[in-house]
Amino acid sequence: MKENLYKYILGIADNSLILGQRMGALTGHGPSLETDIACTNISLDLFGQVRSYYQYAAKTAGDGRTEDDIAMLRKEREYVNVLLVEQPNTDFAYTMARQFLFDVYHLLFLNELQKSKDLTLSAIASKSIKEVSYHQRFSSDWIKRLGDGTNLSHQKMQDAIDALWTYTDELFHQTQADKVMVKEGVGVDVTKLKETYYKQVNEVLEEATLSIPESKYFQKGGKEGIHTEHMGYLLSDLQYMQRTYPNMEW
Amino acid sequence: MATKNWPLWEVFVRSKNGLEHRHFGSLHAADAEMALENARDVYTRRNEGVSIWVVESKNITASNPEHNGEMFEPAQDKVYRHPTFYDLPDEVKHM
Repeated sequence: MKENLYKYILGIADNSLILGQRMGALTGHGPSLETDIACTNISLDLFGQVRSYYQYAAKTAGDGRTEDDIAMLRKEREYVNVLLVEQPNTDFAYTMARQFLFDVYHLLFLNELQKSKDLTLSAIASKSIKEVSYHQRFSSDWIKRLGDGTNLSHQKMQDAIDALWTYTDELFHQTQADKVMVKEGVGVDVTKLKETYYKQVNEVLEEATLSIPESKYFQKGGKEGIHTEHMGYLLSDLQYMQRTYPNMEW
Repeated sequence: MATKNWPLWEVFVRSKNGLEHRHFGSLHAADAEMALENARDVYTRRNEGVSIWVVESKNITASNPEHNGEMFEPAQDKVYRHPTFYDLPDEVKHM
């Protein structure tokens, strides 16, 4: 089996799976009917993308594992999503800040992944770009709306950005598998996205009258399977049915 | 917490080029831009449209149902205003 490719696919897919789970948890709990539907739509977009990745990962593993096994039956340490996406839905400002900080990265990443030598990955990227462009438009609008809104909404959005900022740097870290895949022309060199990322993020924050956090201390670990305390709870929700009723289908 | 409802907007969607925009429903939004985005999420996610109009509901002047009598009923007994006196050939369908 192509171990590095398998790991590389999971590195992309797990971000979308975990963020999709977070957004899906808002179904029926959104701040208004319309935003509730929008968050659920984002979640469904991400899950759709995730299926293509995990199907490809299952094929790459080639040992009978299915997309569902990969999505639902790994242990916490085997998920390699960034810490950012597993952070909780503390309030709507946090939810949109997390989405925004990920969307900007996600779109830059997919644009590059389109050029991958791996035709499956480049096809999934091309298919996902329109969806993710919309996610970014939606979350950016909310950053501006709340940041440049009332005193209270500004404060809440600033708090959320400040709190999540520490998880942004990890987006540009490379695992061993990432490096190998970049060398083979399959993977995206994320270190090259960093400058554009912060430029685009800062532009939106400025337009939203928010201050750009100055903190230089960044958290990491998700890409190596070392997660924050929130991840276990998230997985117990995500995996509950498959763990309780193994192999159940509907 | 003081919750103030967002204003109501009416959503019109053109399902195909060449067809007219049709009323799809209504939703709440803080402003026109948000109304468009909400309309996209609520009404056109399954390929229902190629164009969306939104208009704030308060800008629509509607006829009063209480006046239906004077507005519409005088037309009812004027059958000659309807093209019902033509014999249609069988070949003409969908009329």
